[in-house]
Amino acid sequence: MDILQLLIIGIIVGSIIGLGAMGLTLSYGVMKFANFAHGDFMTLGMFLAYIVISDLGWGTSPIGNFSFGFGLIPAIILAIFGVGCFAIVTDHFVHRHLRMRGSGIITMAIASLGIGIMLRAIIQMVWGPTAFRFSTGINTALTLPGDLKIKPDQIFICAITLLCTIGLYILLYRTKLGKAMRATSDNSELASIAGINTDRIRMATWGISGGLTAIAGIMLAIQSQLRFDTGFTFLLPMFAAVILGGIGNPWGALLGGLIVGITQELATEWINPGFKPGVPFVLLIAMLLFRPRGIFGSSI
Amino acid sequence: MITPEPIILVTFIGATNWGVGFLTTVAIFAIVALALNLQWGYTGIFNFGVVAFFMVGAYTSALLTLPPPSRFESHILGLELPILMGWFAGALAGGLLALIIGLPTLRLRRDFLAIATIGVATIIRSIANTTEGFVNRGSGLNGIPRFLNDFTSASDYKWVLLVIMLVMLSAVYFGLQRVTAAPWGRVLRAIRDNEDTAMAAGKHTVSFRMQAFVLGGAIMGLAGALWAHRTGSISPTAFNDLFGTFVIWTMVMVGGSGNNKGAIIGALVVGFFWFGTPLIQEDLPDFLGTRVFQLRELTVGLLIVLFLLLQPHGLIREKAQVSRFITERKSINQQQIK
Repeated sequence: MDILQLLIIGIIVGSIIGLGAMGLTLSYGVMKFANFAHGDFMTLGMFLAYIVISDLGWGTSPIGNFSFGFGLIPAIILAIFGVGCFAIVTDHFVHRHLRMRGSGIITMAIASLGIGIMLRAIIQMVWGPTAFRFSTGINTALTLPGDLKIKPDQIFICAITLLCTIGLYILLYRTKLGKAMRATSDNSELASIAGINTDRIRMATWGISGGLTAIAGIMLAIQSQLRFDTGFTFLLPMFAAVILGGIGNPWGALLGGLIVGITQELATEWINPGFKPGVPFVLLIAMLLFRPRGIFGSSI
Repeated sequence: MITPEPIILVTFIGATNWGVGFLTTVAIFAIVALALNLQWGYTGIFNFGVVAFFMVGAYTSALLTLPPPSRFESHILGLELPILMGWFAGALAGGLLALIIGLPTLRLRRDFLAIATIGVATIIRSIANTTEGFVNRGSGLNGIPRFLNDFTSASDYKWVLLVIMLVMLSAVYFGLQRVTAAPWGRVLRAIRDNEDTAMAAGKHTVSFRMQAFVLGGAIMGLAGALWAHRTGSISPTAFNDLFGTFVIWTMVMVGGSGNNKGAIIGALVVGFFWFGTPLIQEDLPDFLGTRVFQLRELTVGLLIVLFLLLQPHGLIREKAQVSRFITERKSINQQQIK
């Protein structure tokens, strides 16, 4: 395929990875542990949206050239709330206790792995092992100059990513909550001495992280399909993006996601597409070897 | 949906037969759990790619002992070597993989190693699945010879196999007991508990971590080789992260990390849940009965979380003792205090 065409696909896949990685890096920065359930949070978001779009059948008639209808709006809202609440509740019942006991970040990471396994099993129990799509219709691609093709849906995905990034920027730099989040991420003990209620900040972080992940999941489902393990297979690219951009740095994570996505797609020009899942790993190892703090370093 | 299962549940009928098959499988898993316990329980190495070492060991041994490929298969080697050499090579391959991964990653933060090792498992699976003429891709390797199969009748073979696996398990167990009780094991525990202090005491911690990682990787490779010759056929999809890595982790968490007995008890308990759940399929209500494989995944996740919350030291708690030689003096001290 044409390299420019691969670049376009790379940017689309990369913005989905980046969107998920922004959520992952926020919780990594504030909570300090690697959340291995993050991919499964993403899957949960997809399926919550699927309930609204397919099971309830709200607003399915397509808008303009897009493949989805107005039903996507309540679907996104339900998914954001659902995943955000799920993240907050699991933190309340599991990670909070471990934190109070003074457990290390490794113990918490293992606990998140257990939560991820449970969530994946439950999703597979309810929806089975088959793959679903949001819409069955064909989304006709637009032809750009130079015979490059891009689907309206894919433009929508990039626009949503941009919107979420701007939203996150405003939240982190223009609101008091964002300032408190950045302080907690920087040094949670100092932040709590300064009068910041770090427990509430953690709750807010889980909510925002879960919400971003849910949106990423829905975008992924629009771009391809949804299955009980779709999110889990996205975990490695998201971690690669987080480490590339520096832990706790959402802009780094977005850029890291774009790098991972573009490299992964461009690589198929030279290597067998079957090796694509290995590309994020190679980037990850290269980064860990030469600059383990990430491109921009690890502060928000 | 029925996923392909280890043969024990399908072909062996009756409680004894099931028990024999179950114990044989658990013995192999216990060897892997012991190896992970060496890496994680004693040294604190956060290895989330257990399945990669297991898989490399299984494929290495299979490729060396299989006959040359027929025209329907495409894989390299096929040297028809004796199975014992296959086992040895499997262990060697596991250790070598650990060395290659350990060199760039063991110096890094501990959670980075976990992410990197998940990646190793992914990349090794995709190599096995994708490379043409290497390990027969998705169809896997079939007809792997069985150890001592020619000398026994079919009905006795399962007992022979059980004894072989128990002997291997005991060998690994006593070997690990020996090295972990030695000063070497003491250094590992010191590194786990406080790497800076161990370093300040003049120990080259990265080198010790590498030794534990490589030894653990080699034992995992050996277990993979045992597994390949037990099942007779292996394919990339069978080596998924859940079955090959996270179930092993659950065994170590449940048994109690940092002691070898715990790893074996954990393998037995978790193995019982994992292989036993499908047996009660018909007694479950319909909704759960048809989803029994997801039910056991749910159980594994639940076991991890519950043990971390309620029983963080596992079923058997690690003894807090510096050396077995100073227990007597310690008890005298305690009497004096009283």
